[in-house]
Amino acid sequence: MPDALGGSMMAEHEKMISLTIEGRPVSVPEGTSILEAAKAAGVLIPHYCYHPSLPVAGVCRMCLVDVEKAPKLAPACVTAVAEGQVVSVRTERALEARKGVLEMLLINHPLDCPICDQAGECELQDYTYQEGRQDSRYREPKRFNPVEDFGGDVVYVTNRCILCTRCVRFMDDVAHDPVLNVSERGDRAVIGKFEGQDLTHAWAANVVDLCPVGALVSKDFLNKARAWELDRSASICPNCTQGCNSIIETRENMVVRMRPRANPDVNSYFMCDYGRLNYRWINRQDRLEQPMLRIDGALAPVDWERALGAAATALRGKRAVVLASPMLSNESLFMLSRLGGRGIFRVEQGPEAPLEGVPDLALRADRAANVRGAEQMGFTRTASIPALGTDDVLILADDDLAGLDAASVGTATMIVLGTTLPAEIADHVAIALPVTNFAEEEGTFTNLRGHVQRFMQAKAPPGLARPLWYVLADLRALLNQPTAYYIASEVFAALSESNPAYAGMSYETLGLRGLATPETTAGRAS
Amino acid sequence: MGFPHRSHPRETPVLSKHFGDVDALTLAGWRQRGGYRALEQALAMEPAAITAIVKESGLRGRGGAGFPTGMKWSFMKPGDGKPHYLACNADESEPGTFKDREIMRWTPHAVVEGCAIAAHAIGAETSYVYIRGEFTEPLLRMNEAVREAYAEGILGKNAMGTGKRLDVHVHKGAGAYICGEETAMMNSLEGRRGNPRIKPPFPAVAGLFGQPTTINNVETLAAVPHILTNGPEWYKGMSLSNPKSTGTKLFSVCGNIRCPGNYEVVMGFPFGEFLRDLCGGPLPGRRFKAIIPGGASVPIQTAEEAEATMMDYEGFIAGGSMLGSGGVIVIDDAQCMVKQIARLARFFAHESCAQCTQCREGTAWATKILERIEAGQGTMEDLDTLLEISDNMTGKTICVLSDSCATPIVSGIAKFREEFEAHITGKRCPMRSAAA
Repeated sequence: MPDALGGSMMAEHEKMISLTIEGRPVSVPEGTSILEAAKAAGVLIPHYCYHPSLPVAGVCRMCLVDVEKAPKLAPACVTAVAEGQVVSVRTERALEARKGVLEMLLINHPLDCPICDQAGECELQDYTYQEGRQDSRYREPKRFNPVEDFGGDVVYVTNRCILCTRCVRFMDDVAHDPVLNVSERGDRAVIGKFEGQDLTHAWAANVVDLCPVGALVSKDFLNKARAWELDRSASICPNCTQGCNSIIETRENMVVRMRPRANPDVNSYFMCDYGRLNYRWINRQDRLEQPMLRIDGALAPVDWERALGAAATALRGKRAVVLASPMLSNESLFMLSRLGGRGIFRVEQGPEAPLEGVPDLALRADRAANVRGAEQMGFTRTASIPALGTDDVLILADDDLAGLDAASVGTATMIVLGTTLPAEIADHVAIALPVTNFAEEEGTFTNLRGHVQRFMQAKAPPGLARPLWYVLADLRALLNQPTAYYIASEVFAALSESNPAYAGMSYETLGLRGLATPETTAGRAS
Repeated sequence: MGFPHRSHPRETPVLSKHFGDVDALTLAGWRQRGGYRALEQALAMEPAAITAIVKESGLRGRGGAGFPTGMKWSFMKPGDGKPHYLACNADESEPGTFKDREIMRWTPHAVVEGCAIAAHAIGAETSYVYIRGEFTEPLLRMNEAVREAYAEGILGKNAMGTGKRLDVHVHKGAGAYICGEETAMMNSLEGRRGNPRIKPPFPAVAGLFGQPTTINNVETLAAVPHILTNGPEWYKGMSLSNPKSTGTKLFSVCGNIRCPGNYEVVMGFPFGEFLRDLCGGPLPGRRFKAIIPGGASVPIQTAEEAEATMMDYEGFIAGGSMLGSGGVIVIDDAQCMVKQIARLARFFAHESCAQCTQCREGTAWATKILERIEAGQGTMEDLDTLLEISDNMTGKTICVLSDSCATPIVSGIAKFREEFEAHITGKRCPMRSAAA
């Protein structure tokens, strides 16, 4: 695969080339394309077929720019920068050429934006509004091809296709699973599938994100929402230990789509199908919405104060055994670890699925985002609950005991800090406290390589649910260990002070791309 | 495929000398006619010396672009530690051109010999002859010639006993015009879809299988043995008009003319005399209206322009067109120019590889407009649209296929505008009414 990282890994000894783009001076390493150099200068040259993660095709001819003294317009994606070059993106000649390309791209396009999922985030729409003609001079009948199911999560709406071949190149050069091709020639050309093959590769749905128009659309998201109705939050995919950077898109407080967010250190521009489609649990409607307390043998809703008081009483003088979900944030796991006692966790397992073209990127067997964080916080992996006695308090921290027998907990007191309270365990619970899931709070996960990454709140929590770390902060106050944490970054600051793996980190330094823990950096250097 | 016509006294048969001579097909027959002496001579020479002779002869590419052959060979740097390749472009698909077909049909050993000499000159051990998929007979002939050459030890591990390795592989295309574009041909040879590649890198730097490659046309390579045998001065001496165009050139003549066929003349031959004397002039009762002198991709000439043209690279440019591949298409006054131009555009629309937007969409769009005008449903605005589409299709794409489509449209509208306007104002094809 070519440099998917947008040149961020450039060696220092590389020769730098200085040029001017749209009047802005810029200096970039030798061999950089004009298009990438323009990005560095803050100029977006319109383009379709070019994508930094794919081999250059140079076929859409949209990125034609004027290079001083050159007789012909230059395609910015395949033209390397030269010393002293003067590049103009918006000369009359370049504008006319791109207007011509846009007109040609639209002559057979169905212009069905009102029913197209891509509308609002469509580069064909955007550039047409920006640089295209007001009308079309095309008077002939439009070409028509039927919609085709490409398998997996992908539908091909042939008529909208501009044949940029990003999808073909992704499957060939990144997924190493050449399922797609360009079939036929001339204006009959379409994206085709090789006989008997489907887009079933574990990372195939990335072609939907790569498609600059509405030709490749997600079956899962089909006709579900308009792009402009969505609220977007930077997040981390919670579904395996890879920790792909993602964008959670919600509509009226419901997650409707998860998409990858570029991060050269973790997931390039990609996200696997399992991760992106496994979001429905975030929207569960059978949530535990208020604190519950066993009163006279039955669970009854109470306010937070009374529930926390009861929890503090139950914990006093007892040994806490915490069965935590490895999908909890570092902040929550850190607060749980400070209860003392013993911490354990279980992880759902699944088959690994690497993306061949990107080093160290795979859907991992451990299907939870924060296994590494849990281990760093002193939690140990287990398959069963240890033997418990009357002196023990079992805290179920977002682990609902699924697959285990709640009766085996025996005489120990059971406190739930959960997003749900399944009927199977409700009978055995003394206190149940509602907490938020990862999409309803802010926090950090640590991926399997020790990369610490922030996620933002994407939706509002249900009922009286609170972040787990916040509940524990209150609980500690009642146990005479006051910790004045009001926002997640304060908890992270405390974690950073007490755990060397997080030393020197803060929400500010993590930013949106995260940082590797010191031990990981050392490991990589050796 | 017809039998070649008897050579006209004003022709200068060098390449076409043995056309129609079945005995020249076999290796033994070819040797009797002086074959493989040039190769023997070449294998005893330093590669650079061969290149120097070809440079000196002034031989230029006969495929269409007219690039000096010796200079092209000199781009292949010896001793770079990489395998070099020679590809012989026998994908002759330019409408109106059928000279390479005849060279391969009658003198396949000339091509094998040319390949072997060129391969030696550029430091290549392997040559590929990429033959157009529809060329069944030339394919058989070439396969047989290569088989014989291997059997006689002319090719192989120990070519002509010199210890040098020379391999020639004949590869059959699958029927795509675009595979005649040299970078598309390389993709096709590699087993990929025949899409032109972006240049740079040029083939001499990274070509076939990513290695330095030279691509030469059949006619170019077939001329090389003659140059070696007779010397560069002899070849350079064959020039009637401009000293930059040397040697003989095969012209394929077709269309509304009395004696269509292949004609070999010295560069710089007067085009008017060529059409009248050698090719027999127009059909009885007709007169020439338009001439496309170099295959479908070059600008159309009016009969008057053609009359005053000298048949060489510079002469055709001066005459408002290009030498191209030497495929002369003659159109007389009984033909509808709109229909002819629409037919050409339809060809390019059919053959576009579909990579570049302007070509994929523009060739098809232009075709639809032209066919609509031909059917009497055009408007005056359509002519402006055609010219603007053509402008968008020119100089903006990876290869020149879309430029080639635009060329006859632009020159056709410029030179025969009144015919277009007659279609539009009369709402029908005027030629059709004349015939009725």
